[in-house]
Amino acid sequence: MVTPAVSIESIQKQFGKLNALKGIDLTIEQGEFFGLLGPNGAGKSTLINLMAGLLKPTHGQIKVMGHDVQKDYQQSRQNLGVVPQELVFDPFFNVREMLRFQAGYFGRGPENDAWVDEVIESLGLADKANTNMRRLSGGMKRRALIAQALAHKPPVIVLDEPTAGVDVELRQMLWDFIKRLNRDGHTIILTTHYLEEAETLCGRVAMMKAGEIVALDTTENMLRQFAGKNLCLKLKGSLPASLLPMLKHGENNLFTLGLNELGQVEYALSELRKAHVDVEDMQLIEADLEDVFLSIVGKGSSA
Amino acid sequence: MISAQYRGVWTLFKKEVWRFWRVAFQTLASPVLTALLYLLIFSHVLEDRVQVYEDVPYTAFLIPGLMMMSMLQNAFANTSSSLIQSKVMGNLVFILLTPLSYLQLFIAFLGASIIRGLAVGLAIFLVSVWFVHLPIANLAWILVFALFGCALLGTFGVIAGIWAEKFDQMAAFQNFVIMPLTFLSGVFYSIHSLPGFWQTVSKFNPFFYMIDGFRYGFFGKSDVSPWLSLVVVMAFLVLLTWVTLKMLKSGYKLRG
Ligand SMILES: Nc1ncnc2c1ncn2[C@@H]1O[C@H](COP(=O)(O)OP(=O)(O)OP(=O)(O)O)[C@@H](O)[C@H]1O
Ligand SMILES: [Mg+2]
Repeated sequence: MVTPAVSIESIQKQFGKLNALKGIDLTIEQGEFFGLLGPNGAGKSTLINLMAGLLKPTHGQIKVMGHDVQKDYQQSRQNLGVVPQELVFDPFFNVREMLRFQAGYFGRGPENDAWVDEVIESLGLADKANTNMRRLSGGMKRRALIAQALAHKPPVIVLDEPTAGVDVELRQMLWDFIKRLNRDGHTIILTTHYLEEAETLCGRVAMMKAGEIVALDTTENMLRQFAGKNLCLKLKGSLPASLLPMLKHGENNLFTLGLNELGQVEYALSELRKAHVDVEDMQLIEADLEDVFLSIVGKGSSA
Repeated sequence: MISAQYRGVWTLFKKEVWRFWRVAFQTLASPVLTALLYLLIFSHVLEDRVQVYEDVPYTAFLIPGLMMMSMLQNAFANTSSSLIQSKVMGNLVFILLTPLSYLQLFIAFLGASIIRGLAVGLAIFLVSVWFVHLPIANLAWILVFALFGCALLGTFGVIAGIWAEKFDQMAAFQNFVIMPLTFLSGVFYSIHSLPGFWQTVSKFNPFFYMIDGFRYGFFGKSDVSPWLSLVVVMAFLVLLTWVTLKMLKSGYKLRG
């Protein structure tokens, strides 16, 4: 059996009285592109910080590439690259210096410089490589932060909201680069609040809520099982009461109905006919991860 | 060529040295200037009135004390300010994410603070020997006290840097612990010139032993035996190192 990239066993984490993680079990295989989703405060970053050894678990065990993050922390950290959520930087140095230092902490020497340059190039940092970190724009700082996590070319890469506050161009660049690393065998773990990103990138996702994993499946299965399709209607008049159970959201005369199977379109239309409500416009839309997210994590919470 | 095993700690050491070297005006030039101002003022005021040891002019007497005081303050400043800054800025995470062990972390930070302390001390020496003749009775004692003094305060700085969460806590540490201890350590006088009570108080101040032992290296004269001073300094160094390693190992205030 191949060693999992990350294995998490009954992890609990308490901050004082707050139960931030209430027993997480999760195995992420090598080579996966894995999404960790959940509303603010769900515990995603806490879980990542536990993997990185920045926090100590109250209970449970985490292994990265088979190495316990507490007992064999040197090996486990050697295998892990983490992009922290907070935009932090060292104001004393420029981008290239920082990256070389970062690789150096992991024991990488001049033989690694070519890789550092590749990271700089691939994240569009080339013309900022000799700029002091302090003088970078917010988005550029974010790129440097991502680059720092990659400097030692870790097999397991964890990105905690890497696209917060970055422009379209970088997102494109970043995902091209990360997808390439994934194809080369690196395991990617991603948290993001942009669900369309997770949908296109992640092969498997876990949804977290209040310190628990509430759903865990391949992205494909999630989309199929939970969401079905959406029927968007523009009506002259209001929605008949018989269709209210299917209503996902509605405003003015625009209504979105969730469908579990296509046959329900026929039912909806016949109910409208019965109620003498005219249909001005109608559209059938594939459900996306956002629908799944809302149906699992609950309406009213945003991703 | 450094092997991969030691490259991590070497890199962190190098980074910590660069960090102060980049702002050398503030970290080296400014303490040297401060020490020279003390030298100028105190020697001008007291040269003809105070003689601590026979045959030793007051200005010459003052220099080793000022050197040591500056070395101690700067060794402390290097570790403590580096840690508190990276804690407040949040970039300490870059080091906490690495496989560096707590011992390696300590060695790298301490090494850099010793370098800064010695650099400041050497600079003050080189500038002041232009003005004043300074004998060197025993170089070995000079080096031993310089090295262990810087190590002791560098270690103390690590403790302060881990403990403090804000800049004002660190400032309080500087102003209420480090400054009184340095000024009441016999930099500007021999403790024999103090009233009995204050002599006794001074003997509880580890800074006194560092300065007294260091001065012995220059003049071959001191208030207490350099061996006693060495024992006191080493005892404190061992104690503080033990405390620091305990703190680092437990992840106190660094890994929640
Ligand atoms: N160091 C800490 N001390 C106390 N409470 C904490 C600490 N870190 C996180 N928490 C709490 O733990 C819970 C989970 O936080 P966490 O940062 O893991 O959420 P998240 O899923 O990453 O949210 P977001 O999407 O906003 O980043 C929150 O209620 C948070 O307030
Ligand atoms: Mg988070």
